[in-house]
Amino acid sequence: MGPHHPSTHGVFRMDVKLDGETVVDLKPVFGYLHRNHEKIAENISYLASMPFTDRLDYFNSMTNNWAYAIAAEKLVEIEVPERAEYLRVIMAELTRLVNHISLVGFFVNDLGALGTPLLYAFREREKILDLFEQASGARMMCNYLRFGGLRCDVPEGWLKRARDLVDRFPKFLDEYEQLLCENEIILSRTQGVGTLSRDLAISAGVTGPMLRASGVNYDIRKVDQYGIYNRFKFRVPYSENNVGDCYDRFMIRMLEMRESIEILKQALDGIEEGPVMGNAGKVFKPKPAEAYGRIESPKGELGFYLVADGTPKPYRFRVRPPSFINLTVLRDMCIGQQVADAVIILGSIDIVLGEVDR
Amino acid sequence: MSQPIDHEAIIQRFSGSEWDDKFCALIVPLSEATALAKWLRDDNDFLLDYCSNVTGIDYLDREIKEKVENEEGKMETVTRIDPSRIEVVYHLYSMEKHTGPFTIKQLTERNNPEVQSLTPIWRSCELQEREIFDLFGVNFIAHPDQRRILMWDEFEGHPMRKDYVEPFDYEWEPTPHDEILDKHQRGKVIV
Repeated sequence: MGPHHPSTHGVFRMDVKLDGETVVDLKPVFGYLHRNHEKIAENISYLASMPFTDRLDYFNSMTNNWAYAIAAEKLVEIEVPERAEYLRVIMAELTRLVNHISLVGFFVNDLGALGTPLLYAFREREKILDLFEQASGARMMCNYLRFGGLRCDVPEGWLKRARDLVDRFPKFLDEYEQLLCENEIILSRTQGVGTLSRDLAISAGVTGPMLRASGVNYDIRKVDQYGIYNRFKFRVPYSENNVGDCYDRFMIRMLEMRESIEILKQALDGIEEGPVMGNAGKVFKPKPAEAYGRIESPKGELGFYLVADGTPKPYRFRVRPPSFINLTVLRDMCIGQQVADAVIILGSIDIVLGEVDR
Repeated sequence: MSQPIDHEAIIQRFSGSEWDDKFCALIVPLSEATALAKWLRDDNDFLLDYCSNVTGIDYLDREIKEKVENEEGKMETVTRIDPSRIEVVYHLYSMEKHTGPFTIKQLTERNNPEVQSLTPIWRSCELQEREIFDLFGVNFIAHPDQRRILMWDEFEGHPMRKDYVEPFDYEWEPTPHDEILDKHQRGKVIV
């Protein structure tokens, strides 16, 4: 199946061995979009890689920027101003809404509900992308964060517009949940399909909503408390069973959006006036060191590993892409299922090929 | 929040491994790698059940200038040669105890690089070690499915090596045929 298949979300191929309609063996094949992002980054300065990180997971450019900034800020101790920290949280949570809402739309699309739920999702996503455009100048390739702060402050009235959006979003979620969550077809197509056990999920390094759907309470926002996440009250939804199926993965994302809205409300209440850029030097030239920085991106643990050798370019630049590593278990989840189910299982993993292939 | 992990206990048990203080990493020899990894995963003091990131670093021979205190107590600049090597780096965390990161490294020579695969211990290494095999050319002993992953199968060379020279024209490299293959075999450069 693939690489040109509507269900593969990009150029991704599955070598599937079938017995009738049942999947006997499956091998994921990728690399069609490979441009060796890491090699490019090793030949340019640290900051010049920032716009490249937008292109990894092109749905979530803000969180990609943040993960890279956190790794770089670990190399050189830079203070981030208060307002910038708040805006980073606001942008990251808005990104989480964008990602989860589109994922649910595409997921239902894969199930055969063509169009309507996806377009409902994209209607809401467009409103958030408008906010990104007003803040950074670009809808998707935001390139908004800098080491030690943000590129620019948000324009006047932006916070009020964001507040309006956050206040209205739960209404849309209510409608969306009413449409989808107890839909008979969705229940029968997803429950018990593509099960992933807790032990395998941990061993295979699965992260993000997929891990929590398998019953592990592990959220890097809580564990590492990077940025200012320790100031916000929010819950981490996770499955009570030790086995997660496609329905769990779908529901976890719906629940996470509610929590993101809670964080957004608190952040918009707490934000105050101030500078958005600290006194970081113009030239970023760290001493020889190694740093691994990671955040909870909407798809899982996004990490950047940087090795500095005292020059303005990184000696080694490594991205730990969540959707690439989550693909490890694709074969285990698909074996014994129907071909049509393999499509939804892939959809529930939530991959973006820009990040898988790098 | 994450707490530091006691590395003294590991070195006592596995005498072949050593602690790199500068980069805070445990350097593991090939013979002990599997046993040490298994112990780190299962022992109740560590429970490092989650291997987050696996990656390679390629070092060429290079001169490093360092300021060292000599016998008379004065600072002196010393030049030493940093030997060429490939490092395979593993970042470990514990989902059970919320600790980490703990870094372990396997060092190998550049000419015939070979390290122990830790995929039998942590499944998450599977695709990442394949990627290192593909881009750095490191051979992983006991890896279940070692193939190229990001580059195509016919590709020659390992692009993440620091001394990799890219071909003149990528376009005719994947599947050269007919006259392009002919010119390629005669060693002519297409302009």
